[in-house]
Amino acid sequence: MSARLPTLSPAARLRISAWAAQQRVLIALFLLILFGALRYDHFLGAYNVLSVLRYNSMFALTGLGMCFVIITAGIDLSVGTTAALASVVSAMLSPLGLVPGLLGGLAAGVAVGTINGFMVTRMKILPFIATLSGELAASGTALLLAHNQSVSVSYDTDFTWLGQGDLIGFPVPAWIALVAYIYGSIILNFTSFGRNILAIGGNEEAARLMGLPVDRVKFLTYVQSSVFASLAGVILAAQFGAGQPAEGVGWELFSIAAVVVGGTLLMGGMGSVATTLAGVLLLGLIFNVLNFENGMGWISLSAYWQSVVRGVFLMVVVMAGPGTAKRIARPREAGAEIG
Amino acid sequence: MTSARFPLTEAIVVDAQAIARLRASPNVAGFLRRYAALTGLVALLAFNFAVTPNFTTWQTLNVNLTQVATIVIVSVGMTLVIATGGIDLSVGSLMAISGALAPLIFLSPFGRDHATMGIILAFVVPVAVAGLFGLFNGWFITRFRVQPIVATLVLFIAGRGIGQVITNGNLQAFKNPSFQFIGLGRIFGVPCQVLIMLALVAGAAWMLRRTLFGRQILAVGGNEKAARLAGIPVAPVKRWVYAISGLCAGIAGLVVVSINSSSDANLVGLGMELDAIAAVAVGGTPFTGGRATVVGSLLGALLIQLLRYTLLANGVPDAAALVVKGAIIAGAVWSQQRSAAS
Repeated sequence: MSARLPTLSPAARLRISAWAAQQRVLIALFLLILFGALRYDHFLGAYNVLSVLRYNSMFALTGLGMCFVIITAGIDLSVGTTAALASVVSAMLSPLGLVPGLLGGLAAGVAVGTINGFMVTRMKILPFIATLSGELAASGTALLLAHNQSVSVSYDTDFTWLGQGDLIGFPVPAWIALVAYIYGSIILNFTSFGRNILAIGGNEEAARLMGLPVDRVKFLTYVQSSVFASLAGVILAAQFGAGQPAEGVGWELFSIAAVVVGGTLLMGGMGSVATTLAGVLLLGLIFNVLNFENGMGWISLSAYWQSVVRGVFLMVVVMAGPGTAKRIARPREAGAEIG
Repeated sequence: MTSARFPLTEAIVVDAQAIARLRASPNVAGFLRRYAALTGLVALLAFNFAVTPNFTTWQTLNVNLTQVATIVIVSVGMTLVIATGGIDLSVGSLMAISGALAPLIFLSPFGRDHATMGIILAFVVPVAVAGLFGLFNGWFITRFRVQPIVATLVLFIAGRGIGQVITNGNLQAFKNPSFQFIGLGRIFGVPCQVLIMLALVAGAAWMLRRTLFGRQILAVGGNEKAARLAGIPVAPVKRWVYAISGLCAGIAGLVVVSINSSSDANLVGLGMELDAIAAVAVGGTPFTGGRATVVGSLLGALLIQLLRYTLLANGVPDAAALVVKGAIIAGAVWSQQRSAAS
């Protein structure tokens, strides 16, 4: 890449290679969908499309929050157990109706996000450790509230509509994720909050010296991530009819993988909301395609292959990614390798 | 040899300065903060001696040590990785692979026909495979200059899948006393895995302090560019460190399946990466690399384990212990950061 673009500044070269990586995700997603559509009869059928969207909307939400955190050069390991906590709280409040259930779940998210944000911005604990503590705290609280069992939701109210319902022929969770992504896109690209996030991720010290409200922005980013995670938890409870305190294990690392596949750099300062969605869908569709392929009868791969395929896919994406260019552009960051 | 002299001297100078600072100001609070894990451990022990019934028995010691052994074994490798400024998220999945392979070997027709050979291979092959996967992590990180957190995420996702694929997701139950000696056996009354744990901790601590490789690890973590300019083979050092982390995870996987008398690739080592990272963090190894304490990681793991034991023994539910564990991790790291900054 650098040999072919000798006249460009390192920053411009980096921008181009990051852009190219993001286009690659969209192309890969398109090719996978094309492959599925040509090979399998019902791949683009309404049932398959809608169930893929319904199920993956939860990961889309956790991935969106994670994307913002990663752009600030941070990380949020607590999204999985925050979702579990929110699913428990909303299931407990579901007899009161849809709105109390939803608000209760979101309140749980705000609480976890506040603690995470406080630890990162006030106590100056590394995001990795701070959100690891947040993860344990959220998990413990969820198990305490639910007495180590799943909490069934009330079917007397319309709470389950949030997970199982449809709106204009489209699953409600997919609507929620769609609105969230439109919100995220606008926030990142057209608001000062989004610009601040990008600036902080690019160079936190410079952002501070420019007078940007670094701590406030980072704090809000962690709260936002937890709120999206808790929204995913509310959907989880509504979709499966139960608040599940032990669910969400590994969601955080899966979300990070989706963000990375989406072409967002873990070093921060750069990223895209739309391609994060593409990353989530790509990882989700791999499972779907594997199911269809088994249905064809030619091969019989167990469901366990999906994680192997996902891992290999992540590896290929990373190998082709723009990480090396970033290293050339910002050699001083070579030592800071973890968020 | 000259290449290693520079960081060695530098480290000595830094250490001497730290000692001088400590001597100049006998700051008790500062000392307690710096050795937060040790302080916490002593405080917890004192509390237990006073409050918890039947605490001063060999059984208590045994229960706690056997439960903590696998976490410590993994933490040894993790400490070395973090000392280079990296991280290894794949350890839990590598445990699953190693735990899945061992029973496959000694339950196979070959393993049944040649019992001794089968047992030897059941120890050697899984650990070697885990080490090779670790080496792959290191190769991936150095060859493509990928951030360790992303590179090891690959095997975190794929590794457990590999373990599930080779066992077809089945639970392998077994009863094989000579293999299970690693998890259930005792030498002079001390559980075998505790001895392995102590040997690994001692070996790694000695290596970090006294060997060229150990000093190279710290030099790479302290300032990678300076290390490279000083002639240290940065990429091979990193590759070996991840390979060691894989080997440790492989051993831990064998211990876990032999304690359980069964191997379930869905469960072996689940969440171990975060437990090990927590132990290292509480133990006082900074995530920026360049400094490391293996004994600290042992103390960190012991502190987390003893805290959980104390709460459970005094009637606090396990879920509440999770919350306290989170608070302890944050608190320990916070206090160490403050002492480093002051």
